[in-house]
Amino acid sequence: MSATSSEQGRAEARHRLMRRIRAFEDKLAELAALGEIPGPTHEYSGQEAIAVGLCDALAASDLIASTHRGHGHSIARGADLGAMFAELMARETGLNHGRGGSMHVADASRGILGANGMVGAGAPIVTGATWAARQQGGDTVGIAFFGDGAVNQGVLLETMNLASLWDVPIVFACENNGYAISLSAAESTSGDLALRAEGFGMRHVAVDGMDIAATVRAGREAIDDAREHGRPVFLEFETYRYSGHNTGERHLGMSYRTEEEIDRWRARDPLLGSAAIIGEERAQAIEQEVSDEIEAAVAFARSSAHPDPGSALDHMYAQTPAGGLE
Amino acid sequence: MAVVRYQRALAQALRDEMLADESVIVIGEDVRHSLRGVTKGLASEFGDRRVLDAPISEQAFTSFALGASTQGMRPVIEYQIPSLTFVAFEQIVNQAQRMHLMTGGQISVPITCFIPGSGARGGLAGQHSDNPYTWFAHAGVKTVVPGSASDAYHLFRAAIRDPDPVVLCAPAAALGVKGEIAPQEPGIGEAVVAREGSQLSIITLGHLVPYALDVADELADDLSIEVVDLRSAFPVDRQTIIASAQKTRRVVVVDDANRSIGLAAEVLASLAGVRLDAPAIRVTRADATIPFAPVLEAQLIPTKEKIRAAISRAKEERYV
Repeated sequence: MSATSSEQGRAEARHRLMRRIRAFEDKLAELAALGEIPGPTHEYSGQEAIAVGLCDALAASDLIASTHRGHGHSIARGADLGAMFAELMARETGLNHGRGGSMHVADASRGILGANGMVGAGAPIVTGATWAARQQGGDTVGIAFFGDGAVNQGVLLETMNLASLWDVPIVFACENNGYAISLSAAESTSGDLALRAEGFGMRHVAVDGMDIAATVRAGREAIDDAREHGRPVFLEFETYRYSGHNTGERHLGMSYRTEEEIDRWRARDPLLGSAAIIGEERAQAIEQEVSDEIEAAVAFARSSAHPDPGSALDHMYAQTPAGGLE
Repeated sequence: MAVVRYQRALAQALRDEMLADESVIVIGEDVRHSLRGVTKGLASEFGDRRVLDAPISEQAFTSFALGASTQGMRPVIEYQIPSLTFVAFEQIVNQAQRMHLMTGGQISVPITCFIPGSGARGGLAGQHSDNPYTWFAHAGVKTVVPGSASDAYHLFRAAIRDPDPVVLCAPAAALGVKGEIAPQEPGIGEAVVAREGSQLSIITLGHLVPYALDVADELADDLSIEVVDLRSAFPVDRQTIIASAQKTRRVVVVDDANRSIGLAAEVLASLAGVRLDAPAIRVTRADATIPFAPVLEAQLIPTKEKIRAAISRAKEERYV
C-alpha cells in the first residue's frame, strides 16, 4: 500500500468520525424536538476536528475526561453509537444503563472517564487517573477537555499546578469556542487564556480547531511529548459551536450572538476542510454510510427497554450497605 | 492484647493496610511530617509515591484521588481540618459519591476521606470545630465515627477496603481513649450495644460513647442504662436502635451535630413506630457557630453534664 493511500485511509477515517459526530448531534436535535430525549443536551457541532484530531494520537490505554458537551469526545474515542443514543434516550441498553444521560455518558472500557456536568471537574479526575496508571508501570497519557468557560474555575487551575508539579502527562485541551453559555471569553477572562499555563511552567500551543490537519498534528506532537517526557502541555483550540450552549437555545430568547457570526464560522466548518482533503466523492459516500449507521443506532435505541422502575436504587453503591436502601 | 490509644489504633490500621495492599496511598496536607499524627513514619517507610504531601488545593487533590481510585488505587485522603471537607464538598458528594450511579456501575471510587481530630476542642473557634458527619450522611456517603480504639482500627480498615467512598470522622475527644483491639468488629452500617441495660437507652456515637459509658457507670445504682454505639452516621442501623428502644422504652440520643436536621433527629424519626414510655430526648449541639471563648463553646456542645441532665429528665418524662 502506498503512503498516499494509507494517508487517504487515515484522512477518511478521521472524516468518518467527524461526520459521525455531526450526524449524531443533528439527529439528537430531532429526537429532542420529538420529546425522545429527557433533559438537556449540548451539541458539539463545529468542534469535531478537536476531539477527532486529539483522539487520533491516543493509545488504547490512554484516558480522557470530558465535559457536558461530551458526545464528540466519546464518539471520537470509539464509543458505540447505539449505546450512546440508548443512553440519551434513557434505555437500559445505554452505556450507563440509563443512569447518567447525556451529561454523564461514560465508557470505562475505552478510557472515557465520563462527561461531567460540572465545569472543569473532569480535569483533576483524569490527572489522578493518569498519575495512578503511570505509577503502576504504564505510559498512559490523559486528555482533559474543557472550554473557555473553565479557565477561571479554581479546580482547573489547581489541577494545572498539580500536573506540572508532579509531572503528570496530561494534555489540557481548551476548546475555546468563544462563549460560556452567554458570556463571551473576552468578558470572562482577564489577561491571556493560554498564558495561565506559563504561570505553572507549562508549555502552551495555539491551534486552529477548525482544521483537522492542524489538530491531528498538534495532538500527535502534544501527546507524544507528554508520553515521552511525562509532563503536561496546554493546547488552546480556536473553535466555535454552531448550535448554541444547549439544544433548543434559540427558544430561550438569549441573543448574545449574531447570525452573521454563526455564518462566518460555518464557512470554516471542519467537515468542509476535511472533505477537500479526501475528495468530494468519498465525502459523499461516507456521509451516506454514516447516515445509515445513525438510523440503525436510533432504531436500536428506540427498540430498547426502559429500565425497570424497581431498579431505581441499583448501582448506588459498588457494595450496598448492610440493611439495604430505602 | 495490648491496650492502645485510639489515635495509635488509627495509625496502626493505616499502616497495616499499606503493608497488606500496595495500592493504598495517602494524600493530604502535611502528611509526610504528620501534623495530625496518624501518618507519622509512613513517608519514610513507604516513600513519597505512597504518601503524598499535596499543595493547598483540596478540590483538586480530592478529585485527583478519585481519579487514582478508578485505576486500581485506594487513596486515603486526609483533611487536616474538618471544614476542609467543605472546600472539597462538591468533589466528595457530587463527583466521588455519585460516580458509580451516574456511570451505571462502570466506575467505582474506593476513596477514604479521613478527618483526624474532628469536632470541638476548646478554643478552635467557628471554622475549626466541626464534626461534619451529618453533612455526608445526608448525601448518602458511607460515614463512620468510631467510638473506641478497637473500632478506630477496624472501621478505618473497613473504610479503606470498601469499594465506595467512605468518610471517617475520628473525634478529637476520642483520640486519647484507650482500649484493646478486638480480633474483629462489625462492618460499616452496623450498630452495637456497647453496654446492656434495661431501663433507658442512650443512643450515640463517636467520643460520646465513652462519655455515655462513664455516665451509665456513675448512675448504675440508680438506673440500668443501655448504651447503643451507632458507629456509622450512614447507613443508620435502624434495627438495633428499634430493638433497644423496644426493650427499655426510654431513650436519650446524644449527637455532636447541630440540632436541626441532625443525626439525633434521624434516630427519633426511626423510633416513630416504637411505643415508648416517654418522649425521647436529644442532646445535641446548638444550631450555632461555635464561639471562641471556651466557656461559651461548652454551652453549645454535648457534655457529660448535659447527658446526666437528660437522663434525669428522661426518668421523669411522660407523654402529655
